[in-house]
Amino acid sequence: MFIPCDRGGGPAAPDFKGFTLLMPAVSVGNVGQLAIDLVISTLDMTKVGYFYTDCLVPMVGNNPYATAEENSTELSINAEVYSLPSKKLVVLQIRSPFIKNKYRPFCETLLSWVKSSKCARVVLLSSSHAYQRDDEQLLGTPLRYLLTPDLEKAVGGRMKELNWKEMERVAAYPGISDTDKVLHIPGGGITKLLFTESCSEGIQMAVLLKFCSEGDNIPDAFVLVNYLNVWLQLIKSEVNPSSQWKIPSSWRLLFGNGLPPALF
Amino acid sequence: MATFFGEVVVAPSRAGLDEEEEAREETPEDREIRREIEKKREVDVLWTWRSGGCAEEPLVCSRFIVAIGRNAAAFLSSFILDSVCWEVVGVVKLWNEWCRTSSTTNVLPTDSFCLFYRLISDPTVLLCQCSCYVAEDQQFQWLEKVFGSMQKKGLQVTILSTCPVADYKTQESTLTLVSPFLRALKTKEFQEQVCCPLLEQPNIVRDLPAA
Repeated sequence: MFIPCDRGGGPAAPDFKGFTLLMPAVSVGNVGQLAIDLVISTLDMTKVGYFYTDCLVPMVGNNPYATAEENSTELSINAEVYSLPSKKLVVLQIRSPFIKNKYRPFCETLLSWVKSSKCARVVLLSSSHAYQRDDEQLLGTPLRYLLTPDLEKAVGGRMKELNWKEMERVAAYPGISDTDKVLHIPGGGITKLLFTESCSEGIQMAVLLKFCSEGDNIPDAFVLVNYLNVWLQLIKSEVNPSSQWKIPSSWRLLFGNGLPPALF
Repeated sequence: MATFFGEVVVAPSRAGLDEEEEAREETPEDREIRREIEKKREVDVLWTWRSGGCAEEPLVCSRFIVAIGRNAAAFLSSFILDSVCWEVVGVVKLWNEWCRTSSTTNVLPTDSFCLFYRLISDPTVLLCQCSCYVAEDQQFQWLEKVFGSMQKKGLQVTILSTCPVADYKTQESTLTLVSPFLRALKTKEFQEQVCCPLLEQPNIVRDLPAA
C-alpha cells in the first residue's frame, strides 16, 4: 500500500518506528482534511510517499502547498504521506472520497500498515453532523475526543487535566431506556469503523472530532487544529494560535471564481 | 450546503456515503449479491493480436497515447487515426450504470467504446480511444489490466482529456476566458517541453485521467 518517494541517495523506505501518525477521516465539512492541510503547510512537511490504493476516487493536481513558481509543479494525488522526524510525526492526507464498499478494506490495510511500520499511536481528526446533537450536546464545547483502551492508559489522565469531553455513547434504540449504549458518529466517514477496529487490534488511537455542518468549514478546521495543538504542541500557542497556522495556496477560490463584470 | 455556481456536488455531503451502510456486517446473502455485482462490473481487456492459450508476453510499448472522453476520442478520430497507418489490437469490455461496451471492434462514433490501436510502421506506438465512462470502482481495474499487459520500461504515456470550463478555478470569471484552452500536468520524469502552461492550483483532475 505505502510507496516511498524516490529520494535518490536516501534510505530505501522511511522509518516510522515510534512516530505518531496523524490522519483525517473524510467526514462532514471535510474538517479533518482541512486541519491536516494546515499542519502540513505550517510545519512545511516533506512528502515521503503515497498510498497506492483502489479505495479512493483517483485525483491528481499540482503541489497544493506551493509557495513559489519553483515548487509548484510537483504532482500530488489522493493519499500522500508527509513526515517531520524532529517531532516524530508522520501525516497521511486523504484528498478524495471513498469508493463504495471500500471502507473496510481501506481500514484493514491501513491498520496493518500502522502495525508493520511500528507507529506508536494514531491520531484521527474527524467531524460529525451538528444537527444530530442531543439537547445536552447543544450546550458547551463542540469538540470531543475518544481513546482506545491502550491509549487511555497512557494519556487518559492528560485529557482529564485538559478538561476535555469524551464523545458520548447513545442508546442503540432511542426511546427505549435500558438498551446498550453504542458509539454513533453520523457524518464521520470511516471514524467509527477505524476506531472500533483499533480497539480490537490493540492499537493506540485517539479520535479528535468537532460537531459541524457543511458550509465554510475553514473556521472549524482552525478550531480542530488548535484543539489538537493543545495536546500535541505542534506549534507555539501562547499568543493568538490561529494566526500561527499557514493557509496553503490550494485553499484559494474555495467558493468559486471571480464574478463576470457584465453582471453589474 | 454552501456551494458555488458551476460546482457539481454529487453526494448529499462532501463526506460521501452514509457510513452506517458501510459499517453494517455482511450477511452471506449480501456477500453473494456483492460478488455477483462485482463480476458484472468486471473490466475485460481483450487483445486481438494475441492468440488465446499461449503464454501472455507483455506488449512492448514505447509510447502510449490515451484519449479519454468523447471529445478527446473524436480528436483522435479526426486528426490521427486512419485505417492505413493504424490497426486495432485490443478492446475493453465493461458495463456500468452509464454505459456498456462490447467486444466488437467495429464501432460507430456515437457508440460507447474503448479500443486500442497500434501504429503499423512502429508497433511499439499504442493509442487508446476511450469514449465510454469508466466508473469509480472500475478505474483501478482498468489501469491494472491495461498497464499490466505492457512492458513499462522506457514507456512515455500521454493522456488527452477534456473538462468543462465551468469547473476551471481562476481569479477572473470563466465568462471572460477565451476557451477552449489547454493545460497540462506532468510527472518529474517527463523532461521534454510541454506545449502549454501547467495546470494551476487549486485545479485538479479526477477519475480515469487521474488514475
